Amino acid sequence: MGGRLEACFNRLRTEGRAGLFPFVTAGDPDLGFTRELLPLMTEAGADGFEIGVPFSDPLADGPTIQRSSMRSLAGGTRLNGVLEMVGEVRADIPDTPLVLMTYYNPIIAMGLAEFVRGAAQVGADAVIVPDLPPEEANAIVEIMHDYPLVPVFMLAPTSTQERIELVNDVGGGFIYYVGQMGVTGARDALDSDLGATLTRINRVKNRPVLVGFGIKTPEQAAEVAGHADGVIVGSALIDVMEAEASREDKMRAACDYIASLREGLDRSKTVS
Amino acid sequence: MSELVSRGRFGRFGGRYVPETLMPALDELEEAYEEARSDPAYHEELAYYLREFVGRPTPLYLAERLSDHLGVLRVYLKREDLCHTGAHKINNTLAQVLLARRLGKTRIIAETGAGQHGVATATAAALFGLDCDVYMGEEDIGRQSLNVFRMRLLGARVIPVTSGSKTLKDATNETLRDWTASVRTTHYIIGSVVGPHPFPEMIRDCQSVIGREAREQILGAEGRLPDACVACVGGGSNSIGLFHPFVDDEDVELIGVEAGGRGLDTEEHGASLTAGRVGVLHGCETFLLYDDDGQIIPAHSVSAGLDYPGVGPEHSHLKDTGRARYVTVEDHDALKAFQQLSVLEGIIPAFESAHAISYLDRLAEETREAGEMKTVVLCLSGRGDKDVHQAEGLLTEMLDDEDVR
Ligand SMILES: Cc1ncc(COP(=O)(O)O)c(C=O)c1O
Repeated sequence: MGGRLEACFNRLRTEGRAGLFPFVTAGDPDLGFTRELLPLMTEAGADGFEIGVPFSDPLADGPTIQRSSMRSLAGGTRLNGVLEMVGEVRADIPDTPLVLMTYYNPIIAMGLAEFVRGAAQVGADAVIVPDLPPEEANAIVEIMHDYPLVPVFMLAPTSTQERIELVNDVGGGFIYYVGQMGVTGARDALDSDLGATLTRINRVKNRPVLVGFGIKTPEQAAEVAGHADGVIVGSALIDVMEAEASREDKMRAACDYIASLREGLDRSKTVS
Repeated sequence: MSELVSRGRFGRFGGRYVPETLMPALDELEEAYEEARSDPAYHEELAYYLREFVGRPTPLYLAERLSDHLGVLRVYLKREDLCHTGAHKINNTLAQVLLARRLGKTRIIAETGAGQHGVATATAAALFGLDCDVYMGEEDIGRQSLNVFRMRLLGARVIPVTSGSKTLKDATNETLRDWTASVRTTHYIIGSVVGPHPFPEMIRDCQSVIGREAREQILGAEGRLPDACVACVGGGSNSIGLFHPFVDDEDVELIGVEAGGRGLDTEEHGASLTAGRVGVLHGCETFLLYDDDGQIIPAHSVSAGLDYPGVGPEHSHLKDTGRARYVTVEDHDALKAFQQLSVLEGIIPAFESAHAISYLDRLAEETREAGEMKTVVLCLSGRGDKDVHQAEGLLTEMLDDEDVR
């Protein structure tokens, strides 16, 4: 269960490195692009990916990912197509953890069982549903038990001790710590409470913690990695690609950016 | 470890589908509400403001000329249009502002479609000197510019929403996004019986004052319960407010009227209960309008207040159990009823309420065919002043062509 994720985190631990998990919206601007981009970013230093399924009403997302989702939907991206693309890219990066991130309604529309079966079949390793807290997740978690697919739950700056323990108990793979109040989006400054909350989480955690939401610069990534097992970078990456016009330039900019984060993360780990 | 149970269910609907950041706030709100609910001081304070500020109880008015026109229906209008600010929305916002004060929150946020809920929220916030930001879709800002000005006049900030379809659903997304960042200082006053638990239950309790009064009033006027209760359904708050106190009276038929927009055979309507399927949006599981991929389909209605692709989970339950039935009225017919009530009763209804009025024609036909007479309580959820400008454009032609007298 969760074989690739576990292997990835084991390797990172042995190497004394922090994990780098870029988030991209599948199908922005089209699925062929995403299909090509993921292996390139792996070469540039990414350890695993979060693959976002676009949704019409992404209420946990800020303007960058909203725009990205709208571009993807306008291009005709469908959940079926995203799964197909994951299956194809799996062949190129057989060991890289792939985490699907989708709001709940597209899963409901497909059917819980069909979605879980499909995601496992194409080689996804985990699923994050930002609008599905553990309390509402029984049905899908139960189905996942029969597949090599784990549910990842989130914690936030507002999470109580009780909820930290809850998420630690019921989730799989890793804990996704939402590093700031509010929605996704690159920020100039990190949450000042970040270290303190992560210390609370680290005290009880029995699986790796990745921090997402708001990380932009290599320095920020390095700082966060000082308190966690890795970082998730989404909006800032999408901003970087949005600034370029051609596909080639978007891909090059994305890879350069991932390489700079990789460098920042590795530098900090060797220094400390 | 806390128990892994979904809270706030109406049958299989409802629940709490929100990002983790909000979960602790919903727990806190639920607790505060439970506390307030059992505190006589809260009820006393609320009753005082409902009476002295809102003008409750609102009349239950026998619409004689309308009844004569319909022939077989004796129609009582529950006059929520006479509430301060012109719609039922204030019943909810006032109660929630009192709650926000108990929670120690200093800022209020809200989404609005027609602007009625925004105005009601801005009003209640002004009453207690709280900061107030209202999110409103750009599309609706265009349709309801007077209400935008009203909110500003009341000291609220109106924040235009330009994402998605630029209407109520997108304003709701944006308000939830704000709340995710501001929840420590800010209370979110949702405008209808939607959203994550405890909102649907809490707002239903606030609006049930409509049905409690109406029940007492109709017993006083007729010496018996009505045969049917009729109300329009956007998110479902005025309707659930009317229905709820009658739910156990099995002989009282409950009829919710959804926006048929340009027709159910188009995708341009707001009939989530009649034509939707079960899904999750804005924190609850309920009937929704979405496509085969789970993408939400923007609703359409001539009335901004019914222009919502979801509906309160309690209505989904009432539909599921068959306790209530839901019908639709199209834009064109709602406009006719808007004019008809104005002419027959000297009451200009909100476009939303006009949907409920329009349905009476069909109810009368059914009733006549069955050889019956019916007493009906209809929730006149709001007055039409806000819609007069839009109506001018839409109706002038119709007025020239037709004589509805
Ligand atoms: C006058 C009026 N009636 C009805 C509605 C629909 O809302 P609900 O179904 O929650 O009563 C609105 C919403 O703005 C409204 O302004």
